[in-house]
Amino acid sequence: MIQHVTVVGGHGRSGEPDGVERVEFAMGDVVAIVGPTGSGKTTLINDIELFADANTPTGRRVLFDGVPAPMEFRDDPARNPIALITQNTTFLSDLPVAEFLETHARIRCVETQQRASVVARTLAFANELTGEPISEASRMTELSGGQTRALLIADATVVCDAPIVLLDEVENAGIHRTRALQLLRRQRKIFLFVTHDPRITLLADYRIVMQGGRIRQVLRTDETERGLASAVNRLDDVLARLRDRIREGGRITAAEMEGVA
Amino acid sequence: MKLIICAGPATTGKTAVLRHLIRKLQARGQKPAFLKIDVQYAEEDEQFAREFGIPTRKVYSGELCPDHCNVMVLGDALQWASSANCDVLMVETAGLCLRCSPYVDGGLGLVVLEATSGMNLPLKVGPMLSLADVAVVTKIDRISQAEREVFRARIQDVAPGVRIREVNALHGIGIDPLVARVDAQADVNGPLLLRGNPPVGTCTICVGKKEIGWQSHFGVVRALENQTFYRGE
Ligand SMILES: Nc1ncnc2c1ncn2[C@@H]1O[C@H](COP(=O)(O)OP(=O)(O)OP(=O)(O)O)[C@@H](O)[C@H]1O
Ligand SMILES: Nc1nc2c(ncn2[C@@H]2O[C@H](COP(=O)(O)OP(=O)(O)O)[C@@H](O)[C@H]2O)c(=O)[nH]1
Ligand SMILES: [Mg+2]
Ligand SMILES: [Mg+2]
Ligand SMILES: [Zn+2]
Repeated sequence: MIQHVTVVGGHGRSGEPDGVERVEFAMGDVVAIVGPTGSGKTTLINDIELFADANTPTGRRVLFDGVPAPMEFRDDPARNPIALITQNTTFLSDLPVAEFLETHARIRCVETQQRASVVARTLAFANELTGEPISEASRMTELSGGQTRALLIADATVVCDAPIVLLDEVENAGIHRTRALQLLRRQRKIFLFVTHDPRITLLADYRIVMQGGRIRQVLRTDETERGLASAVNRLDDVLARLRDRIREGGRITAAEMEGVA
Repeated sequence: MKLIICAGPATTGKTAVLRHLIRKLQARGQKPAFLKIDVQYAEEDEQFAREFGIPTRKVYSGELCPDHCNVMVLGDALQWASSANCDVLMVETAGLCLRCSPYVDGGLGLVVLEATSGMNLPLKVGPMLSLADVAVVTKIDRISQAEREVFRARIQDVAPGVRIREVNALHGIGIDPLVARVDAQADVNGPLLLRGNPPVGTCTICVGKKEIGWQSHFGVVRALENQTFYRGE
């Protein structure tokens, strides 16, 4: 079992070195990656998923328990310790949902007799996160952006069950994001998520700040921030209620604004 | 002389993969030559000559199937590359008939497939995939990890013996294992043989008879309601 993952710094778009020599993630760490659009957040988690070894545009290297990824991480998805949920929410795959999940479970080495139940649990998990439920018979290409994202999160958790989970912008897909993180965090993993969302950021032990393609700094969530987290959550709950009202075709009234206005 | 034959449907990224491979092989002191075989239009030879200053050629197969054309011209091409003092010949071919494959015993056969092409593609490309040594899956930057892994499973189902290498051929990510594979490849020598069995006969359509309907063709033909049968002398 992997105990820690290290990113050895490379450089940003203009060649300026990363602001830290290395970042080390220990098992159980929850880490946010933040920064403006185009600052290199996706690129950083892709480096990890690609087992970068100074062979990506950033020049970064990724070590698992201090050494580069062995070839079998690449050759055999069943040995791959990483599950990545990308920002892309379109599927190009022309398979029905159940066949897709079943095939993925097979190559991730889920035992034959458990596959049907894994597929069922994955769908149930996904359907906790979406508005409109996904059925086994729908084709992957028919799913909406939010449904696809929900299915990928469920797939990463139930099918892959990998010790390292990388999640690119959970909040943009219109799924129940706090519920998603609650469900994901039930297991002890190294957990990295790209986010623009204050509530989600404050769930992290520390955050990596990106700028111009480089790691600018690593900020530990401090006492003041932790103390403010519940106020941030209340604000966020108000906004969530407003979103729900609008989605349901309702009107916004003073009742939804209780506590802030 | 090492021989690398790179096949795959149009726009899957064959040229993009070979570009990174050539750059890395050159950096290791190797001298590649490049031959492009296409039906009617190609400019990879000019691009690679310009970018790398290596000897390049192209052949238009015209009325022949490109894989058959490859069989015809490859002997000459190996001589040409060796007289140009090269030590590895790379052939890019568009293999269109999907019944033949262009690989040669003793050479390295690469099939380039794009991860974006749909889950049934591995089932459709026949010996171009099953007789290859390595399936290079490009455009992994365009799909999710789950989809990439399911695509891998679909290839393994059809071609269990073929090594799979996933790459982003835009940024050259994942190319190093291919370089190592080329390093490990032995030189070709002696009489060269096409890998696998060529398909039955030479059909009259392949050689340019365009009339629709089996009644206009000879040799091994096929009607909608029947299996193939022989028509002619
Ligand atoms: N260190 C780097 N060196 C070279 N190119 C880089 C580097 N980091 C990022 N890039 C390039 O910059 C572009 C934007 O990066 P990326 O997609 O990672 O940004 P992002 O922070 O995820 O943005 P968004 O919030 O819009 O998703 C990409 O084309 C990426 O390849
Ligand atoms: N995003 C992405 N595009 C790619 C990749 N590989 C090739 N391409 C693009 O696909 C197109 C066709 O590539 P090319 O190498 O000419 O294909 P060929 O016809 O097989 O030689 C070009 O626009 C390439 O830039 C890849 O891994 N990722
Ligand atoms: Mg991004
Ligand atoms: Mg080409
Ligand atoms: Zn043919």
